[in-house]
Amino acid sequence: MANVLQTSFLPSTSSLRRRSISGSKGKSQSLQVKAKIREIFMPALSSTMTEGKIVSWMKSEGDKLSKGESVVVVESDKADMDVESFHEGFLAAIMVEEGGVAPVGSAIALLAETEDEIAEAKAKSQSSSNSTPQVVEEKPKQIEEAAPDVPAAAAAPSVPVAKAVTLGSAVHPASEGGKRIVASPYAKKLAKELKVDLGTVVGSGPLGRIVAKDVEAAAVAVPVAASPAKPDPVASGIELGTVVPFTTMQGAVSRNMVESLSVPTFRVGYTITTNALDALYKKIKSKGVTMTALLAKATALALVQHPVVNSCCRDGNSFTYNSSINIAVAVAIDGGLITPVLQDADKVDIYTLSRKWKELVDKARAKQLQPHEYNTGTFTLSNLGMFGVDRFDAILPPGTGAIMAVGASQPSVVASMDGRIGMKNQMQVNVTADHRVIYGADLAAFLQTLAKIVEDPKDLTF
Amino acid sequence: MHSICFQATGVPGSNYIFDSCSPALAISKPINLRFCGLRKEAFGFSGLTHSSSGRVHFSSRGHSKKVSASAESNGSPPKSFDYDLIIIGAGVGGHGAALHAVEKGLKTAIIEGDVVGGTCVNRGCVPSKALLAVSGKMRELQSEHHMKALGLQVSAAGYDRQGVADHANNLASKIRSNLTNSMKALGVDILTGVGTIVGPQKVKYGKVGFPDNIVTAKNIIIATGSVPFVPKGIEVDGKTVITSDHALKLESVPDWIAIVGSGYIGLEFSDVYTALGSEVTFIEALDQLMPGFDPEIGKLAQRVLINPRKIDYHTGVFATKITPAKDGKPVIIELIDAKTKEPKDTLEVDAALIATGRAPFTNGLGLENVNVVTQRGFVPVDERLRVIDTNGNLVPHLYCIGDANGKMMLAHAASAQGISVVEQVTGRDHVLNHLSIPAACFTHPEISMVGLTEPQAREKAQKEGFEVGVAKTSFKANTKALAENEGEGLAKLIYRPDNGEILGVHIFGLHAADLIHEASNAIALGTRIQDIKFAVHAHPTLSEVLDELFKSAKVKAAASSHGPVSEPVAV
Repeated sequence: MANVLQTSFLPSTSSLRRRSISGSKGKSQSLQVKAKIREIFMPALSSTMTEGKIVSWMKSEGDKLSKGESVVVVESDKADMDVESFHEGFLAAIMVEEGGVAPVGSAIALLAETEDEIAEAKAKSQSSSNSTPQVVEEKPKQIEEAAPDVPAAAAAPSVPVAKAVTLGSAVHPASEGGKRIVASPYAKKLAKELKVDLGTVVGSGPLGRIVAKDVEAAAVAVPVAASPAKPDPVASGIELGTVVPFTTMQGAVSRNMVESLSVPTFRVGYTITTNALDALYKKIKSKGVTMTALLAKATALALVQHPVVNSCCRDGNSFTYNSSINIAVAVAIDGGLITPVLQDADKVDIYTLSRKWKELVDKARAKQLQPHEYNTGTFTLSNLGMFGVDRFDAILPPGTGAIMAVGASQPSVVASMDGRIGMKNQMQVNVTADHRVIYGADLAAFLQTLAKIVEDPKDLTF
Repeated sequence: MHSICFQATGVPGSNYIFDSCSPALAISKPINLRFCGLRKEAFGFSGLTHSSSGRVHFSSRGHSKKVSASAESNGSPPKSFDYDLIIIGAGVGGHGAALHAVEKGLKTAIIEGDVVGGTCVNRGCVPSKALLAVSGKMRELQSEHHMKALGLQVSAAGYDRQGVADHANNLASKIRSNLTNSMKALGVDILTGVGTIVGPQKVKYGKVGFPDNIVTAKNIIIATGSVPFVPKGIEVDGKTVITSDHALKLESVPDWIAIVGSGYIGLEFSDVYTALGSEVTFIEALDQLMPGFDPEIGKLAQRVLINPRKIDYHTGVFATKITPAKDGKPVIIELIDAKTKEPKDTLEVDAALIATGRAPFTNGLGLENVNVVTQRGFVPVDERLRVIDTNGNLVPHLYCIGDANGKMMLAHAASAQGISVVEQVTGRDHVLNHLSIPAACFTHPEISMVGLTEPQAREKAQKEGFEVGVAKTSFKANTKALAENEGEGLAKLIYRPDNGEILGVHIFGLHAADLIHEASNAIALGTRIQDIKFAVHAHPTLSEVLDELFKSAKVKAAASSHGPVSEPVAV
């Protein structure tokens, strides 16, 4: 094996040259135009290697490369190897991002001979990434209807907002009046990963330092906040007094909302004490568990005992008892609202669920959710607690039986049965349900179960 | 136990006086080795001197006599000696020398002003290994992915700080008493007090407030070790700005700790702190993290040990001023650019660990009495560890081993040097090949190395006109590593294809520190690749990583396959 590893780490000549050779042969054809844009292929680093993972790109798009210079680190089934460039030129477009996997021989980047060709190469990478399905983890395609404004949602709000110091309330007492951002190493890492602009995050750590949970909260809040509080980036482009047609997403939301009026709904509220849940969250949040995942898990476990609340009525004549418990969670994103779905939330453990949630939020923000990831919910959660909203009322999404609106958990003075008063964290939840299939007593029983689970949350971590 | 004790990355200056050891003793004429075997019978033993004050009884020897040391002037060597060998400093180096000296029949004493075991046992490798054992287990238990892959289910792993700290402390006490007992059992005299050389072959020692004792010995070994080096401008308060001495007590686990220096010490502590939940910021003066490691290993280590963890870093910067937390303010670290010296950044963190290397502990040793001047605190020695005086001449009967000479600041190197000295004073010429001394960093996974790095080998090759070959194997291909679900790792062999000589081996992966010895022994014994490749390894074991490594080297057919490659080279 080692001899294999020892061989040159260059992509095989033939594969690297493939493009240029075909270009020069087909002189009269349009390929010739692209002759100076070469593809960098996933090399075969060992005889048994069928695919490779990009560990890291040592160069960025636009960097100049000389022949023999290391461009990328590839992990094969046996080892990590530097891959060198076979040609001189500019790294025009990276087609498989760090962490992505590509089969041996597939293009992972484009190399332009001159700087002028970078743009052309980029355009090409766009089209080819759509046409090369063999790239296992290619950049997921944009969801057309959800992405009228193509720039990634996160990038759009963050860049302009960063300059709006007013929003940058991360005022660290020792950070020269907020000019400097003080964030812990992990918070910085997370911010990069979740594409959160630290300038917009309020720090809650020691001395106002930004810590990981602030970034996590911001990552969830950003999309929600983005639509209403996004005047900065968008407002500049909006002329007051004009009429703007719906985007595709807004159109879809509008249709659904009107459709919801045909369903006879009613509401039941409940106040739940969350001290135990808060304590649990505090204990396991370092392992990446989010409050959203905990709530989804708790709801799913309650639904197991009340299948009727997880049912729906599609035709006005029958119940559909859904076979799985898929919790949809409403997330506001740039220009709309989407409900990523945590599938089988009753069966998946809390850690996996949290990871899944993070992945879904990232995808939602990048508008890359696949249809099954946002339209298979059987029960919906909508949480505005992070804004301090204490109670609200949700509209039932068509095709489902119930939706639960979750308010903030707040310290409240509570009188107990024995005549004492004490302080407890309480949150109000309010379920809207389709009364054709779910009745008041069903919801009441469901909420009682949910309250029990939340107030004694030990089952959530199993 | 002899793990590495912390490397010094550049150890400027100052010596801190602290507790540490010191000396006593002096010697007389060189003894010829061949007398060694006879010595007991023939010479009976000289007696102990003692200065008018204390008496020392050597119960283990039959013939001790008492001699009044005061009768002799400090300047002239005594005629007879209390001991054959006196070692100043009972760290791992001194201990190794003492044990070997007893084996060689030397009457030996060791002087220690603090606690037996020195830095390694009390404030270094030993307690740090206890903390790292905890961090390794925490890491494993916290890695849900890893557990799941093994089919294990563990609910939230937690730890009790005091329990962890106690484990480290208990380990140090245990090893310390083992060391003490092993020396006592062999009849090594442990003299308590700070040792000072008062003249040739003569040492005084004593506790503060008590009269000094003077003892003489034929040969003296300085083994006083080192203390953490703290650069100027950094105020250590022992609570929020700390050195490894404090960190090993694990009195707190800060939310955010800056570690100044990314060598072995810093890297190991980053492993401990991040496993216990801290976030870490490295401050490194050089442009790259982990200077000193083979660049390829360093790069891989960074990808595994730094990037995925809650660690960020500033490279190419000096911490010019570090102020401990007080009055509700955090620890403040001022950074300047290492090259331009311009202010670069200010960090506010909960704690700072100073891991910028170690400074020799040689103040108060009385070196001026034998006309020796330290260089940046280090005692100058030749390749046989003989102390060199200001005129460039060897000081007879005086040797210096371990961190105090700065050749290779590792516990086991000190011990090896001590053994080498004992060999010499008992008549066998011996030069230690430092290129065969392995080093290890006990992160998860571990890093280990022996010999030259690839750039060093290539430089040497160019100068001496030979070719360099590099072979690599991955832990991903090793059955045992995969069984443990720990396939991350690389072993790298740097060698001469023309004759099969091993120039260096670097390992990053599961149990790398234990794996390196096959390579270091091969280098020490001059074994060539074409020979060692036929050695058999049990299957399936991690050792097969090295087996495969040797087998994948391409030694030219012409290379003959017998006899050592070359004489060991001193460095």
